[in-house]
Amino acid sequence: MKFRKSAFLIIGLLFVLSTVLAGCGGNSAGGQGKTLIYGRGADSPKLDPALVTDGESFRVTGNIMETLVQYEKDSMNVTEGLATEWKNSEDGKKWTFKLRDDVKFHDGTKFNAEAVVFNFQRWMNREHLGSKKDDFIYYGSMFGGYKGDKGHVIESVKAVDEYTVEFTLKKPQGPFLQNLAMSPFAIASPKAVKKDPSKFAEHPVGTGPFKFKSWKKNDSITLEKNNDYWKKGLPKLDRVIFKSIPDNSARLTALQSGDIDVMDGLNPDDAKRVEKNKQLQLYKRPPNNVGYLAFNMEKKPFHKKKVRQAINHAVNKKGLIKSFYANLAEPAKNPMPPSLWGYNDKVEEYEYDLDKAKKLLKEAGYEDGFEVEFYAMPEPRPYMPDGRKIAEYIQADLKKIGIKTKIVSPEWQSYLEDTQEGKHEMALLGWTGDNGDPDNFLYVLLDKDNTKIPAQNISFYKSDKLHDILIEAQKETDQSKRTEYYQKAQEIIHEDAPWVPLVYATPPLAGQSYVKGYVPHPKGTESLAEVDIQK
Amino acid sequence: MLIPVLIGMSVITFFIVHAIPGSPAKALLGERASPEALHQLEEKMGLNDPLYIQYFNYIKNLLQGDLGTSIQTGQPVSEEIIPYLAATFELALFAMVIAVFFGVNLGIFSAWRQNSSVDYLSMVIALIGVSMPVFWLGLMEQWIFAQELAWFPSSGRLDSRLFFEPVTHFYFLDALIQGDFVVLQDALKHMVLPAVALGTIPMAIIARMTRSSMLEVLRSDYIRTARAKGVGELLIIYKHALKNALIPIVTVFGLQMGLLLGGAILTETIFSWPGVGRYLYDAIHARDYAVVQSGILVVATIFVLINLIVDLLYAWIDPRIQYGKE
Repeated sequence: MKFRKSAFLIIGLLFVLSTVLAGCGGNSAGGQGKTLIYGRGADSPKLDPALVTDGESFRVTGNIMETLVQYEKDSMNVTEGLATEWKNSEDGKKWTFKLRDDVKFHDGTKFNAEAVVFNFQRWMNREHLGSKKDDFIYYGSMFGGYKGDKGHVIESVKAVDEYTVEFTLKKPQGPFLQNLAMSPFAIASPKAVKKDPSKFAEHPVGTGPFKFKSWKKNDSITLEKNNDYWKKGLPKLDRVIFKSIPDNSARLTALQSGDIDVMDGLNPDDAKRVEKNKQLQLYKRPPNNVGYLAFNMEKKPFHKKKVRQAINHAVNKKGLIKSFYANLAEPAKNPMPPSLWGYNDKVEEYEYDLDKAKKLLKEAGYEDGFEVEFYAMPEPRPYMPDGRKIAEYIQADLKKIGIKTKIVSPEWQSYLEDTQEGKHEMALLGWTGDNGDPDNFLYVLLDKDNTKIPAQNISFYKSDKLHDILIEAQKETDQSKRTEYYQKAQEIIHEDAPWVPLVYATPPLAGQSYVKGYVPHPKGTESLAEVDIQK
Repeated sequence: MLIPVLIGMSVITFFIVHAIPGSPAKALLGERASPEALHQLEEKMGLNDPLYIQYFNYIKNLLQGDLGTSIQTGQPVSEEIIPYLAATFELALFAMVIAVFFGVNLGIFSAWRQNSSVDYLSMVIALIGVSMPVFWLGLMEQWIFAQELAWFPSSGRLDSRLFFEPVTHFYFLDALIQGDFVVLQDALKHMVLPAVALGTIPMAIIARMTRSSMLEVLRSDYIRTARAKGVGELLIIYKHALKNALIPIVTVFGLQMGLLLGGAILTETIFSWPGVGRYLYDAIHARDYAVVQSGILVVATIFVLINLIVDLLYAWIDPRIQYGKE
């Protein structure tokens, strides 16, 4: 009896196995219309852009919801979005926006000035509508806090008429317009938010080219075409699926076997392979980041300018880029990338010259060199694929001019803590831009205001001259004047050399050759409205 | 047994998780953590309370059946974890089916033909199986069977183009309930590579265990008697011998099943399997305390339960073992 039972079991198992094998080969039924599958490294934590700071959330929400002004397709310059025109008052404190009158949210409600006011009220009040546990992180950091805070920039937002919104600021804010174009400040449907504030981040509703359809956690998010999209003829795709495939190599395998159509996060080493493959195409995302080596100027011998300049001469950026970025980066000379307006191309790079470096060290009184601790990142970052190896590479050159370094590499969280507290002597770090404003790089990373622990300015570089210029530039709203300030600022920083600006990385992506019209945006995520599939 | 183990687990995970440097606020804000934002967020998350108060709050909520809320997504862990658990369970189950089927038969065959070339070959296979790193095997599988031969998909549980609303989150069960055979077939195809990768090590371990256990039994007197009576060889092996050799095998099975549940992280990462291993891994990265603590507790509970079931199985396999009677 027993024997027969186990025999049945075995036969049963064989049957299952054969079904599996029989299943191979045939293609499963696809959905109707054009579907694009976008492979990426991680799932989105939340789909309410106002609540998050991570790119994987913005990648999806940017296609569902839109901002008042947008960045141009391939740069960080601001152009019209849900607002068609805007003006700033003489004193810089009043901004008036004219809105589009032909836009509807996915739930059928009308987009108008009331909706804009509703969204700003929600963010600035933080606890608006029972979203008690939520914090609108980016709002606080870009607009100086929340309602009631001392530094909060926005005094009031009001609807002048159905399609006109007016912002009154407490003081002029230079980057205001640039800020409004950021993904977290996309306009949500007030009706959808009110319906269930705590669940909005699971079912976002906006005005964008695609509508939210479904979400399988840690697996895929599906969006569907918005047939009533205000830009006529768009989107070209019927469906977009964002699929999480955490391992970079596995994601490339999925691309090569046709499981996905576009992938983010290609290993730089695989870029050549993609280029050679006729069925694939390689994309390079324009840089909106900078990777740097910061000196802790509060520690000897980095209080001496000549020492800092000497090390600037001792780093071979081109060699670095060739060895660790597979040439997918540009050597940096300023603390902000060239894709931003205000970039000062006249600044002359400290060229790689070990003799000059030695000479400067001698002048500074460190002819025999010295020993320091050198922090290197334990994890790959967008601006630096392998911190430790890059540190070793720099270490070898520094040894030639008599500087001995000991590389330390604590776990990432501690790494940030240590550097923010100034425990390091030299450290590698980087920054990815938020709003495409030079202020977002120069002020955040190098102003003396940001040397308070935990510091963002991990060089602890305190220059009053620079501070005055950066503050002036923040108050100014005329872009040409601001450009002048920032170009001057870059000269000062270059001379004082608180960093060795290392690279502007251009992260590589790959896609099937039949994917048309995909343009990677410097901010890290992009609208897929104009993307098409032509097989 | 269950209660003290779980209390111990909760204490250990809580304090280990909180001992990891860095805070969820910092993980959330990353490089752009300005001092004020950081402070406000930590205050809001209750991270400035003394540790024992945080632990006390955690246990208090736990006793009320509240596993906490994920910091990253803002959703309750008890709701969020279900699809991940189901995904892992399904994968582990299939891996175990493969491991047991091939492991037991390989072991039996080796023992039956001890010291033959087949025996040596099987044991070499088992040795390779034990020694092979899962991630390497997974990547090789992907390369050969997904990329070159294109027999199986390389990642995920289901083709994303298929629209499918899971109910139980066990895709096979869901597909059967809904009578959707396209989904069933697709789910099967997605299962093969990760299940083989995950099942290889337990398969090898089970094969070796079965072999040594069977060797012992096959030498015993009653088997000789059975042979002398002229009982068929197949019947001797599968009925008379296997049952007595089963106890060590079942023990290994229980332990391996537990390991599969918790230890599928590598497989889940390579094959983009949205399981509990990856869920926890991501949570550790984000210092999502609630998810890590409660997630580990849930997995530990299942582990303990499986071992309980294994203990009960002993009694069924060997009636001489009885619980509660001395």
